[in-house]
Amino acid sequence: MLTYIKNIFNDVGDVSLFTIRFFKEVFKPPYEIKEFFKQCYFIGYKSLPLVAITGFIMGLVLTLQSRPTLAEFGAESWLPGMVALSLVKEIAPVITGLICAGKIASGIGAELGSMKVTEQIDAMEVSAINPYKYLVVTRVLAATLMIPLLVVFADGVGIIGGFAGVNIHSDVNMVRYSEQVIKSLDFIDVIPAVIKTFFFGFSIGLVGCYKGFNAANGTESVGKAANSAVVVASLTVFILDMMAVQIVDLFY
Amino acid sequence: MIVQEKNITKKSGESVIDIKGLYKSFGEHNDVLKGVDINVGQGENLVIIGKSGSGKSVTIKCLVGLVEADKGEIKVFGTDITKLNNAELNAIRIRIGFLFQNAALYDSMTVRENLSFPLKRHSKKLSSAEIETAVVEALESVGLEEAIDKMPSELSGGMRKRIGLARTLILNPEIILYDEPTTGLDTITSKEISDLILAIQNKNNTTSIIITHDMACAKLTGDRIMVLKDGVIYAEGTYENLEKSEDEWVRSFFV
Repeated sequence: MLTYIKNIFNDVGDVSLFTIRFFKEVFKPPYEIKEFFKQCYFIGYKSLPLVAITGFIMGLVLTLQSRPTLAEFGAESWLPGMVALSLVKEIAPVITGLICAGKIASGIGAELGSMKVTEQIDAMEVSAINPYKYLVVTRVLAATLMIPLLVVFADGVGIIGGFAGVNIHSDVNMVRYSEQVIKSLDFIDVIPAVIKTFFFGFSIGLVGCYKGFNAANGTESVGKAANSAVVVASLTVFILDMMAVQIVDLFY
Repeated sequence: MIVQEKNITKKSGESVIDIKGLYKSFGEHNDVLKGVDINVGQGENLVIIGKSGSGKSVTIKCLVGLVEADKGEIKVFGTDITKLNNAELNAIRIRIGFLFQNAALYDSMTVRENLSFPLKRHSKKLSSAEIETAVVEALESVGLEEAIDKMPSELSGGMRKRIGLARTLILNPEIILYDEPTTGLDTITSKEISDLILAIQNKNNTTSIIITHDMACAKLTGDRIMVLKDGVIYAEGTYENLEKSEDEWVRSFFV
């Protein structure tokens, strides 16, 4: 029991040092611009199809599921507004965060884990190249910037999914639907929801890198690194979401 | 106890690597190095042999700061690297080449990118054409210029080792550390790698430490051989001396 508690504190300490190191290294030249854009391409662009499909399904399903309840009150006209609000404020950020925790955190965890096991990280270190800067800073920064973009993209696709859902049972044109969506959304809804996704992105990138970078020796640890990266990153997304909602709730 | 064999020939008097009283343990009951002393002269090839887990790799990893020593002095080019900060250590690391056991090629990069990766970061004034020339030259020196656009996954074990060596050579290191350069290779390829190590040393007058289990490689490349046992240097001498050693355990390596 004592060892267990000691390990938890050790882990918290290690993660904190890892995070502090990120802020120390991120502003220090040389900047690995090329690697950063490469990671943006992998994390952002390569995740577009997955996010598009899940976003569309989220919008469509949410509309279809909510319609009967709203119809009971004769409030079907609220459907576009309600779906847009739910998507933008909560569902798209969290679901996209979870999808990215699965795809990106595990990918980074496995990639860096295998680099660690096959001594590629050591090879960088002995060539006097800072592996933290080249591997970790670029990936964390790319995840921090790309995940908010993916969430905004998921918002858009989800709203289109909602349009498809509305049109299954009734006939609403795009202009009227868009009008209702825009009318229901305030900046106060959109801005905090977008801000929290930067934290989602940061934690997903950081957890993936931390798990990979600290993988033990042996191929088995690569799988473990990828697996625990997904678990911890998904959990972090939920915890951050809860904290963000509480903070926003204090102000508005 | 050190079994000091007679007629040790050192190629040069000037000491490039001087390790004194090196201690390293992993956990409380796992003392790997218990006071290792190693001295390597300019242009000398030192071979370190010993059983698996005797701490050979840990010794050379301490030498480049990959593993932090618990106690002891590690002088490289006259500077004790245990007292250096990261930037100062990196300045020494650039002068040292390290060939890893599995070559440690970067999987996501082509051979060309693997070789130009350290060069681009340390020789910023070089133009793309100059980098390309250096890459081709390094590949020519290991006889693998045709592999320039291949990915590491397309290479055989021997090719990976040679590309790893080319990547090490591209920064013109003064010291090269080889971690089991011939392990996992067939006899002919092992011989090729050993010849390559010797050719590099003759051409650039580099100082080398070669860790190996392959006695053919040790015989061919080593000017001097050290035997590591129980965390200390147990025996030292030339191949011929150690082969005829009075100590049965030392002789058992040469059977």
